[in-house]
Amino acid sequence: MKRATTEMHQVGRSIPRLEAREKVSGRAEYIHNLRLPGMLYGKVFRSTVAHGRIKSIDVSSAAAVNGVHRVVTAEDVKSVIPNLYYGPIFHDQPILATDKVRHVGESVAVVLAADPHIAERAAQLIEVEYEELPAVYDEVEAMKSSSPVVHEVLKPAGMFPDFQDLAGRRDTNLHLHFKLRRGDVEAAFAKADHVFEHTFHTTQIMHTPLEPIVTVAEATDSTLTLHTASQMVSVVRTEIARLLGWPENRVRVKTAFLGGGFGAKTYIKVEAIAAACALLTRLPVKIALSMEEQFYTINKHANTLRLKSAVTRDGRVTARLCEVWWNGGAYADIGPRLTQKSGFTAAGPYDIENVHIDSYAVYTHLPPAAGLRGFGIPTLTFAYESHTDLIARELGIDPVEFRRKNLLREGRPQATGTVMKDAATEAVLERLAERMSWKVPFDNGVGTVRRGRGLAIGFKASISNTTSVAIVNVYGDGSCSVYCNTVDMGQGSDTALAQIAGEVLDIPAEEIRIVHPDTHVTPYDMGTLGSRSTFHMGQAVKLAADDARDKLLALAKELGVSPETTPIRDLFRKRYGMQAGNIVGIGTFNPKSRQPDHSTGLAENITPNWMIGGTGAEVEVDTETGHVRVTKLVNVADCGTPLNPKIVDSQLSGAATMQFGCTMSEGIRFDAGQATNASLADYKIPGIRDIPAVFVNEIVEARQESGPFGAKGVGETGTFGVSAAITNAIQDAVGVRITRLPVTPEAVYRAICAERNQPLDDI
Amino acid sequence: MKLVADQQTIRFTLNGKPVEANIAPHHNVVEVLQNFGLFGARESCGQGLCGCCTVIVNGKAVSGCLYLAVFIDGTEVSTVEGLAPGGRLSDVQESFIENGAFQCGFCTPGFVLMVHQLLERHPDPSEEEIRHYLSGNLCRCATYPQIIEAVRSVAEKRKASAAA
Repeated sequence: MKRATTEMHQVGRSIPRLEAREKVSGRAEYIHNLRLPGMLYGKVFRSTVAHGRIKSIDVSSAAAVNGVHRVVTAEDVKSVIPNLYYGPIFHDQPILATDKVRHVGESVAVVLAADPHIAERAAQLIEVEYEELPAVYDEVEAMKSSSPVVHEVLKPAGMFPDFQDLAGRRDTNLHLHFKLRRGDVEAAFAKADHVFEHTFHTTQIMHTPLEPIVTVAEATDSTLTLHTASQMVSVVRTEIARLLGWPENRVRVKTAFLGGGFGAKTYIKVEAIAAACALLTRLPVKIALSMEEQFYTINKHANTLRLKSAVTRDGRVTARLCEVWWNGGAYADIGPRLTQKSGFTAAGPYDIENVHIDSYAVYTHLPPAAGLRGFGIPTLTFAYESHTDLIARELGIDPVEFRRKNLLREGRPQATGTVMKDAATEAVLERLAERMSWKVPFDNGVGTVRRGRGLAIGFKASISNTTSVAIVNVYGDGSCSVYCNTVDMGQGSDTALAQIAGEVLDIPAEEIRIVHPDTHVTPYDMGTLGSRSTFHMGQAVKLAADDARDKLLALAKELGVSPETTPIRDLFRKRYGMQAGNIVGIGTFNPKSRQPDHSTGLAENITPNWMIGGTGAEVEVDTETGHVRVTKLVNVADCGTPLNPKIVDSQLSGAATMQFGCTMSEGIRFDAGQATNASLADYKIPGIRDIPAVFVNEIVEARQESGPFGAKGVGETGTFGVSAAITNAIQDAVGVRITRLPVTPEAVYRAICAERNQPLDDI
Repeated sequence: MKLVADQQTIRFTLNGKPVEANIAPHHNVVEVLQNFGLFGARESCGQGLCGCCTVIVNGKAVSGCLYLAVFIDGTEVSTVEGLAPGGRLSDVQESFIENGAFQCGFCTPGFVLMVHQLLERHPDPSEEEIRHYLSGNLCRCATYPQIIEAVRSVAEKRKASAAA
């Protein structure tokens, strides 16, 4: 084809985001903005108890308010959706609570009104009587047979093929137990020179997308349309169609730009209740959560993690035992998948011959948990990199040297048996050590403010056995659009995918349009999550663009013209006698990988690629107050060959900052199942003042051979090492180990006092 | 039962143009602006803590989600949409693009408005001043380092063009 761009490469260029103008001028499209004629606003009435049988629901006062269109309860929903239960792994979550409530904040009824203020005020008039039941909140406690049971029976959903054997299991809060068994752990422990064991804890985190979760539903006789701020339009369509018993072609799911997602906007959130309300009223219905309501809707798991290692005198780890409890809350959402898929990396990026992993997904009477930027990896990395540092310190080996000695290098089998490929773990560790000037002696300071440094590395397997489909449509004037279901929620996917299509077709990326997800128009994609879009959708778009290019070349040949010198529009003119027609290229990408074996957790080829990230931190700790100031944060990543280095850089710093928040200040506090800090006044996400004075990112030179132009995902990689790098640095500064996130000044001060043998009284 | 009070009419200047609106006493500024098709100021935290709803009333930045609509009666209101009349972006907006100072874009209008105000009051801000001034705006994508770069770059360009 005639080169429009004078041999200029599209990939590898740091072009601004395609939608930059709309975003800086406040005119970018979000579902948050959407208002349709005749639209009703739905306000959800929520449970005030953590576990209770619903004795009665009285909506009469709410329904009597002027301007209230209708009040909807589970009984009403049943008239349009007889089976209320949904969920990607288990059909455990009702659209509205029916016989029981299982967490504070669970949706019980919806008030619909044209004026959102009326809906909100009227919702406060609903009265529900509960018979309160005993509840359990702690993930380890909930495993005990004496604990209250959240769900009497497990009902696997069937979306993923690997959970079917759990069907019908009764009276257990343990809803997935992932086991990995490699080598002979017991024998290795018996022979060990040293054995180390540590326990760690994390807290629930709110994803806090600034555009809160929102769906607008509209129904006709033949079609239900959902305009939804979702990361997964294809999956929403499949699940809503299943609930309705309709074919997928009658459910249309559209989205726009997302004001952040971070995992909160995956699977079904408010789509099902919005759909039910629209079907009941035959009017458009908008359900827009408040910031507070997001705290009751989804969060990141709290965890307990126990790690035990056998180590030789000279610092080789010969065995590692990992137990991880995931507090899934009342509904499984995608938690079991996370328990398994992240669980198999719980021993860390180390070459360990004998590994035992037990990863438990546990129901409790708290709001449901799901993946949050890293799908569990930042939590696991916090534990294994704290554990690793503690061992090195105990043995008197430099932490970087200890990691080198045990590192999982290219070509070596990971705990599952999958051989590491295109994983620049070594380069990440070495660059991190260099950027932290690790060889240079470090001054810990004297007096009341002590300094410390620490680092940590982590790795993540890409999501496996998922599919992306893309269409590249070349129009009669030679311009081109990409049709795909990847959702741009700030990660810059529109831009990166345009760069890929542009590279193949030799069209400037800035001139390519991305058609936003609309399941009536755009083809299937599993979802925008797990850093999968660059790799999976990137390859699908590349294949679609290759297909379009091949068809254009064939057309040129058919017309007897030179593809080198003929502009694309002239091909169409010559073929159709006017500016007309399309060339449509299609690409489907479905990299094959294996599920872990059910009894051993082992599998060759368990993932299409590995993402590697490391962070180094320098801190100042005030020994009189316990305050920790992070003065330097260095993030190093293997993202293959970056498609747009500038966007990659902001993804790394954004991810690292998010995990910085999870480490230093964030954490939902619960009292009897009630979140007590469900607002940004009491729940502190990082602001501009919290950013460390020195904050740098580096991409190591690497190539993902199986990725589009050598690239792979990077949206989560910056999160991996942050928490442990900071707690390792705190120990370096003041000699105390913080094993529970978030790192509060109180926890640090208590640890310092305990270290001085002057422990503070418990309050 | 009736829960909502009667409407009243307010008159104000919106991005330089005189307008009027029928509002109820409990309506906030963000809701009024939506009725004019302006969605750049958006309610997120609902408590005036995140800065997504920032609008300028009589030259001063306020939280549009807390600022009652009755209080803009007789005032001059400007929003992010007023910064680019005829589609020509302001130097701050251009700098945000050049420096990649946004990701999802939901908080961006608030930041852009605050940066304009910052540079009016502190034409050559130190990093500490930038951080202090923007501490009431939250960006969950955490594009903070790039925002600081964008501010610096506008300040330098303005300085250079003033010198020339």
